[in-house]
Amino acid sequence: MIDQLITLWPELSKSFIDTLIMVGIGLVVSFVVGLPLGLLLFVTDRDLFLENKWVKSITGVIVNLVRSVPFIILLVFLFPFTDLLLGTTTGPVAASVSLSVAAIPFYARIVESSARDIDRGVIEAAISCGASPWLIIKDIIFPEIKSGLISGLTITAISLVGYSAMAGTIGGGGIGDLAIRYGYYRYDNFVMFTTVILLIVMVQVIQYVGDFTAKSVKKS
Amino acid sequence: MISIQQLSKTYTSKEGTVVGVDDVSLSINQGEVFGIVGYSGAGKSTLLRCLNILERPTNGKVTIDGIDLMSLSSKELRKARQSIGMIFQGFHLTMAKTVVENVGFALKAAGVGRVERKQRAEELLELVGLSDKANQYPAQLSGGQKQRVSIARALANNPKVLLCDEATSALDPNTTQSILHLLKKINKELGLTIVLITHEMEVVKEICDRCAVMEQGRVVEEGDTYDIFANPQNELTERFIKTVIDFTIPEALLKKTQGTIVLLKFTGELAGEAIVSDLLQEHRIRGNILHGKIDYIQEKPLGTFVMELKGDEQEVNRALASLGATLGEVEVIENDRSTDYTMARAE
Repeated sequence: MIDQLITLWPELSKSFIDTLIMVGIGLVVSFVVGLPLGLLLFVTDRDLFLENKWVKSITGVIVNLVRSVPFIILLVFLFPFTDLLLGTTTGPVAASVSLSVAAIPFYARIVESSARDIDRGVIEAAISCGASPWLIIKDIIFPEIKSGLISGLTITAISLVGYSAMAGTIGGGGIGDLAIRYGYYRYDNFVMFTTVILLIVMVQVIQYVGDFTAKSVKKS
Repeated sequence: MISIQQLSKTYTSKEGTVVGVDDVSLSINQGEVFGIVGYSGAGKSTLLRCLNILERPTNGKVTIDGIDLMSLSSKELRKARQSIGMIFQGFHLTMAKTVVENVGFALKAAGVGRVERKQRAEELLELVGLSDKANQYPAQLSGGQKQRVSIARALANNPKVLLCDEATSALDPNTTQSILHLLKKINKELGLTIVLITHEMEVVKEICDRCAVMEQGRVVEEGDTYDIFANPQNELTERFIKTVIDFTIPEALLKKTQGTIVLLKFTGELAGEAIVSDLLQEHRIRGNILHGKIDYIQEKPLGTFVMELKGDEQEVNRALASLGATLGEVEVIENDRSTDYTMARAE
């Protein structure tokens, strides 16, 4: 068994790093773009301080559109875009383009729903203080949803691990790809189990770190 | 200070239109505590929220300190809101901020710098008696303390007006008293005009100089708190006053009485005079007090007594006439044994 592991090691470590790259890029982009998008969805909602029916429904439709396309289709569909952007459609960085596109609306909806949990009265009190919309977002909404944002990132990261396996099979690499190539196509149970165990450990670690961070930023 | 002219607020939905506030005009003077009373759904909360345009009125005009609020741009409105503090039944503090940060937020909204913010927030906490809680989170405070924090936040930018939306309704009687005292104190010390809405007549009795009673979006009665208590004109107002001053005589006791039962109200200076004893000396009748109380409203006494007058019918009538002349009005609750609880008014 040790021998098998040693033979597998170079490929396993490369796959692991590839998965990390895909998940990492996807996570960063979903946070950077998804957070403002989610806040936009929230503050333009009915009876809120930047209520805007048009912005709300157009953004909502785009978000739903991306979310309703099955990921495997989205992957292929985005190949020309990826090619245009990076000049290639293979490798973990290329795969992370479609992963990011899928993760942005996913995270945006998580942000929106945690913002909805804020007591409207608190926002109203801020309005009655004469605060500007930006100050309300930055100083009231953001601190209130901070822990929800981190829990959301955890959920997104775990989904990305799953999606990265799919992205891997069509040229992205990563652990999922390894599991399918060796474990599934070649009936190599050792590789299958090793990769599955690795994925389980990875998900557990993400969940643990996520929960811990979410808890530590929660003040009151 | 505040002038509300023909203000209406209607909500339009698919099911039709709902009237929240219906053609209300009020004028509230500088430095007074003005109460708006009504049952839930009477439109008092909507009216209050129209005063800082948290709800934009459908029609009418709101002027505070000479500024027509409805004509302002959103930036100007934000500036105007800084001089209109507001506190709520549910306190509405940010749970993720400490007490001092919650107060500081209002100052931040007005563009006050960090150092000054901290100093001013501490001053305000001192004013509301919470200096020692500055670095705690709202979750660690009691309801009364949370309301004090929200008062400090509302006062942060030296407002001219404070709006109180059922500010004491979520608090126990003791805490309600202490919050009312605090409101009265800031009203006196800072010369702040306070508009409060409540469904508790006790609150009005305690601190309001003037009040208005609302029903179905309209103001049905308005006036000096003392006059409203002493001489309510509207049936709804009477019902509200009964929650504080109730003189219903138990049926069983009423059956046992034989004489004429009268309700006497002594207002203002009259409450201090020996009217009853004079009456009994001057007329050949006997009197028996069934119920009685003196309330102090705006530090003026309001005495209410229910008496049974016994004696010769003519003599009783003469006594009633002279009482009527002194008091202005005597209400005869019962003098006819055959009918039950008829209300007749003798002037």
